[in-house]
Amino acid sequence: MTDTQDSVEELPPPALAASRADRIAQIVVPVVMLALVILVWHLYVTLNHVPHYVLPGPLLVAKALYNDWPILFRALRVTLEITLSALALALLGGVAIAIVMAQSRLAELALYPYAVILQVTPIIPVAPLIIIYAPTTYAALLIIAFLVAFFPVLSNTMQGLKSTDHNLLNLFELYGASPLQTLLHLKIPNALPYFLVGLRIAGGLALIAAVVAEFVAGSAGANSGLAFRLLESQFRLNIPRLYAALLLLSATGVIIFFVTSLISYLLLRRWPESAVRRES
Amino acid sequence: MNIATAATTSGPRMGARKPLVSLRSISKVFSNGTVALKDLSLDVGQGEFLSLLGPSGCGKSTALRIIAGLGEATSGTVEWPSASFDASGKPEREIGFVFQEPTLMPWATVFANVWLPLRLAHVSRAAARARVMDALAMVGLDKFADAYPRELSGGMKMRVSIARALITRPKLLLMDEPFAALDEITRFKLNDDLLNLWEKFGWTVVFVTHSVFESVYLSERVVVMAARPGRVFCELPIDTPYPRTEAFRTSTPYNELCRRTSDALHGAMDAAAVAP
Ligand SMILES: Nc1ncnc2c1ncn2[C@@H]1O[C@H](COP(=O)(O)OP(=O)(O)OP(=O)(O)O)[C@@H](O)[C@H]1O
Ligand SMILES: [Mg+2]
Repeated sequence: MTDTQDSVEELPPPALAASRADRIAQIVVPVVMLALVILVWHLYVTLNHVPHYVLPGPLLVAKALYNDWPILFRALRVTLEITLSALALALLGGVAIAIVMAQSRLAELALYPYAVILQVTPIIPVAPLIIIYAPTTYAALLIIAFLVAFFPVLSNTMQGLKSTDHNLLNLFELYGASPLQTLLHLKIPNALPYFLVGLRIAGGLALIAAVVAEFVAGSAGANSGLAFRLLESQFRLNIPRLYAALLLLSATGVIIFFVTSLISYLLLRRWPESAVRRES
Repeated sequence: MNIATAATTSGPRMGARKPLVSLRSISKVFSNGTVALKDLSLDVGQGEFLSLLGPSGCGKSTALRIIAGLGEATSGTVEWPSASFDASGKPEREIGFVFQEPTLMPWATVFANVWLPLRLAHVSRAAARARVMDALAMVGLDKFADAYPRELSGGMKMRVSIARALITRPKLLLMDEPFAALDEITRFKLNDDLLNLWEKFGWTVVFVTHSVFESVYLSERVVVMAARPGRVFCELPIDTPYPRTEAFRTSTPYNELCRRTSDALHGAMDAAAVAP
């Protein structure tokens, strides 16, 4: 793809202006809204004299975030590490198994039931077992987060690989394409939007699973993640820190969401609108 | 035009010509029980321009796909008397297929779409460039090599699809209502372009259409099909010599041929209506 510059889509000026106004609104509206929420929160706490162990004000939470940053940051790093490793494994495993199942009917028949069982079985009741079998708590958390993030990648990629246009498949057959060529030049590009939906879902789920698994496992010590710090703060009635940890967790989730959305946006820019829309 | 060249460019009649492909008593029953074709026999002569004409649902697409080796016939055989075969027993890369829909890869540029048949034969992008641009020039789209299918009109997409079918210089070009979705002006132009290319390169063309006018204008022989079950109803030779031009389209013989073909088509439709 060397010479695609001339075909860059040009938006007519009114559309451009409208989209610029919209882009500004996209940033301004949420920021103003956030400021308002924090203000209302602050006013509610100070005017009603709500005790800080029930609901700390935003200033107190900010202070906790600042003072406890070393502890919280270490915990955040552990949680993030588990989340991202689990996500990476889920992407690799999900795509690899989806390709195997799309290429071989036998593999599909053999493996798909287990993929479904994995998906429909709630992970919490299985978690204690995994914790018993896994060599370390860290490994257990990783396995649990992986299992949760794996299925959306697998099923979406599978759907993408199998929804290839019939006539295009016929065309490839007509020109004597090998299974590998059909996979590389037809099925994989076709599956890309579907895979990216899987990525977005899996990104969110990996974080949730990493946290929930830690609740169940209740790890301790230097290797503990944000969930453990949350529980600990609760026991100690250190509610400001609990809020600070919660804040970090939400921020992480939002960042994961944005990064995965950005990746899909960048990869799908060249896609026909219908396909991009179909994925939502 | 002088008569002598006109006479030589119009090929010999079917009887004198060796068949390129023969369908022998082809039947096709889909798994849902639909009898798409029943006992269809057809010879396609080498270098012939043949049209399959028939009402919607009479099995034209099905017949074309069976010729292309896409989807097995339930019974009957497809014979290629003089073709060379590849390891899997299929006549290799000698067929160009233009589907009823443009069937382009939406994520690939026009260039990449036309390059596809060569790419699958391991011809690099650089090595294929000249041929791809030639094929695009033939259909008048050389300026759109870097566009994506979604940026093209329906007619342009169809032309890309035709360029892709021509890129391998096939012996047999199978076209499934390629111009059905186009406006009349574009359609006439593409009809003329197609005829010019056919006369120049000497392909064999099987052209599916439900337009009486198009079939008469283009072909040496019109095979009229009837529906339920799909079968050959009758054949009409169109003897007018090539090159055929705008003058032919407005001539009295053309109108007469169209009337006869139209009558045959109505006959086929009535036959379907009374069939059990
Ligand atoms: N995959 C399929 N499964 C079941 N029935 C089919 C299938 N494809 C086609 N048919 C049936 O076979 C018959 C012939 O279909 P075909 O597409 O060949 O018709 P056609 O002559 O090309 O029609 P049109 O002019 O509308 O394209 C129709 O009755 C159709 O319903
Ligand atoms: Mg058809």
